[in-house]
Amino acid sequence: MIVLTVNGTRHELDIEPETPLLWALRDEVGLTGTKYGCGIAQCGACTVHVDDQPVRSCSLSVGDANGTKITTIEGLSPDGSHPVQQAWIAEDVPQCGYCQSGQIMAAVAFLKAIPKPTDADIDENLTNICRCGTYPRLRAAIHRAAAATNG
Amino acid sequence: MGHIEPTSAALGRRDFLVSAATAAGGLAIGVSIPGMAAGLPLPGQTWDDDAPAGEVNAWIVIEPDESVIIRVAKSEMGEGVLTSMPMIVAEELACDWTKVRSEYASSNRNLLEQGVYKSMLTGGSSAVRASRPYLQQAGASARARLVEAAAKRWSVPSADCQVANGVVSHKATGRSLTYGALAGDAAKITLAQEPAIKTPDQFTLIGKPTARLDSKVKVTGEAIFGLDIRLPDMVYAAVTTCPVPGGTVKSYDAKAILGHRGVQSVVALPNGVAVVADRFWRAKQAALALPIEWNPGAGAGTNSAQFREDYRAALKGPLQNAKTVGDTEKALGEGKLIEALYEVPYLAHATMEPLNCTVHLQSDRLDIWMGTQAPDITMGLAAKTTGLKPEQIFIHNCYLGGGFGRRAINDELVQALAVAKTVGKPVKLVWTREEDMRHDRYRPQAAIAFKAALGKDGMPTAFTAQTAVGSIMQSIKGMLDFPMPPGVEPLAVEGLVNMPYAIPNIKVDAVLKNTHVPVMFWRSVGSSQNAFAVESFIDELAHEAGQDPYQFRRKLLEGKPDFLRVLDMLAEKANWSQKLPSGKGRGIAIHESFGTIVGECVEVAVDPKGKLRCERVVAVVDCGHVINPRNVEMQIESGVIYGLTAALYDEITVKDGAIEQGNFDSYQMVCLADSPKIETYLALSGGTKWGGIGEPGTPPIAPALCNAIFAATGKRVRELPIKNTDLGNRV
Repeated sequence: MIVLTVNGTRHELDIEPETPLLWALRDEVGLTGTKYGCGIAQCGACTVHVDDQPVRSCSLSVGDANGTKITTIEGLSPDGSHPVQQAWIAEDVPQCGYCQSGQIMAAVAFLKAIPKPTDADIDENLTNICRCGTYPRLRAAIHRAAAATNG
Repeated sequence: MGHIEPTSAALGRRDFLVSAATAAGGLAIGVSIPGMAAGLPLPGQTWDDDAPAGEVNAWIVIEPDESVIIRVAKSEMGEGVLTSMPMIVAEELACDWTKVRSEYASSNRNLLEQGVYKSMLTGGSSAVRASRPYLQQAGASARARLVEAAAKRWSVPSADCQVANGVVSHKATGRSLTYGALAGDAAKITLAQEPAIKTPDQFTLIGKPTARLDSKVKVTGEAIFGLDIRLPDMVYAAVTTCPVPGGTVKSYDAKAILGHRGVQSVVALPNGVAVVADRFWRAKQAALALPIEWNPGAGAGTNSAQFREDYRAALKGPLQNAKTVGDTEKALGEGKLIEALYEVPYLAHATMEPLNCTVHLQSDRLDIWMGTQAPDITMGLAAKTTGLKPEQIFIHNCYLGGGFGRRAINDELVQALAVAKTVGKPVKLVWTREEDMRHDRYRPQAAIAFKAALGKDGMPTAFTAQTAVGSIMQSIKGMLDFPMPPGVEPLAVEGLVNMPYAIPNIKVDAVLKNTHVPVMFWRSVGSSQNAFAVESFIDELAHEAGQDPYQFRRKLLEGKPDFLRVLDMLAEKANWSQKLPSGKGRGIAIHESFGTIVGECVEVAVDPKGKLRCERVVAVVDCGHVINPRNVEMQIESGVIYGLTAALYDEITVKDGAIEQGNFDSYQMVCLADSPKIETYLALSGGTKWGGIGEPGTPPIAPALCNAIFAATGKRVRELPIKNTDLGNRV
């Protein structure tokens, strides 16, 4: 039995330990905000936090995630009020929106590690793919969220 | 059930698909399943069995709490229709914009009410251009009926009433009523005469930078994409399609996987095999483990190098003439002759959300949940595939995780229906990224040859273009058929036949030649390759003539004020006349597509080893009028990045008949670090012009980039992607 604590709720899952965390979250736990984009940790659409660290959940097995605490986009805030979410809305970042859960989860973890990032920090650390090309707004939103958080 | 699907408490939030967006003010999607929960209304029939009392007309519902629901008959794939279309309606409705939310219109209703929503196809950057007049009319008509409902209640002439912000008032008596209080009455009113719609000078909402209505649900994970559909009792299907497009299954060994946990059945498809399981991961793993032998068909043994030779050879003729002005043969013999060959590869759409589709097929009813660019066409395809009548088919369109043309043809639906016929339960069929990339319908490969003659003044006297390219219409025949004018398929020569430059002798010829690799619409279609070729070649001519590429174009655009306005603003905003240091270069390109002129100027830096960096892109746009300037900026940024990815990195290649690329490791995407600073400016011509915006940002980026590379290095890139050209050791 695999035990995951997802957004504060404990789940016992009777699934193969090699199941990627992504599919466990989507199809077992039923949280579909975390997206499938590539399955090989290239695109980052599946980014969640595992024990507070950003992880591309398509490439982490639930066996390896057993016993961890996981935060998904649904658990980031109850109402979209997280500063990063608010910055995303203010800058009108999403277009199709499919990659944005992963973008936001990656950005939240990034800003925790580097609260006042430079453009070079952003370039180096944020590698999630967006096919709609929301990068200019995404960059602006990260700076906005950093400013909001740091006063 | 009104416009918002109730969450069924009996079924539970997770087991039952909900549009979580509804409470948050976003998109509502019909979700209930007949026969699965007694008493729940039928999806797609909100307007019939349980029409909301506040439905003023097919487009507009106004609730007692003053919420205004505006139905959108186009698909949201990022281009912003769930905001721009309601803005057009609201402009006339004179409602409170902060109370507006969007929902998709029902394609089933569109069928039964003889096209009340007109075409529901989203493509060709046409949503605003095609819909604006009737959306304005829908809003104006609703407003007039709301006024008349108020006037009736007060027994005053409607001409004496005023409207603003969702309130009708009668100043003389100081009375007022809100739209929410009047909507029920308004629905019953028949107007003696439809009101006139506003002209652009009267717009107050249209033209204002406006935040998207779907942002919030897209930052909380609430937005429901096709992949997020979950139905009670649903099974999952993973597919392996023949690696060689057009091939079929020879044999497979189902026994090898039928004992795997959760695996329920193996279903033969015309072009592949589907594995059905209780979870997607199990289905996918079993599909990968399933031994399959293929009949590769006509594409067997082919490869990209051969295609390239074949397209080059095809240019030798016979060719079909698409345009002739003057006598190019004579003129080419008289001036300085310049020749060049440009080549582009197949390209995948690579939408972020891989194709997927959920269907529930019953004997007399089919429900489909997916992201489709064309619900009407999806309905027809489903009817043809199942034998059901179109009115028995209910399409629950979702948010599209990217479209770019791909989601106009629903190959995944055909496969899902084949599986559904055998399982008797709702089926969710999902393509892996690899399936999605290897079974796309691609942007055609092409070879485009030019000849030009320069006169004594350096200006071109003759220009010929010959293209060898795949026919999209032939490739999609039977799946998506449009009437096409006689002669050369316009999709093959768009951007060539309408090249804006005033050259006295012009000839455009084409040879349409398909391989087994299917082709279709890819963001900006023919302009994606033809603008690259033409605008690069024009740059070559400018340099051959020893002229500044901006001034050279300027001279050739005399008498075209809209082009000149864009070009001049571009030169100014991009600081064209300022010198750049060594190793840097600026390139310019201008192209009209989908009714919109876009000029782009790119600044690059190329280091001595040939490492390229695209640093700045300035875009100037003339789309006539603008609904939402903010969205225009977003779409130009999007079009630029989409085109940049293709120009820098991407090609779909074929080996032994199969597509070689499978994922983002072999089909690279521009990422944040590659993303240039992008500035967008408007140079609007106004008048009667309404241009599209989803695609026109893409065509100029590749040539502007390659022209900048030439300026920086002296190297002319004549084939895409650029990664295949060594930019080191500059000339």
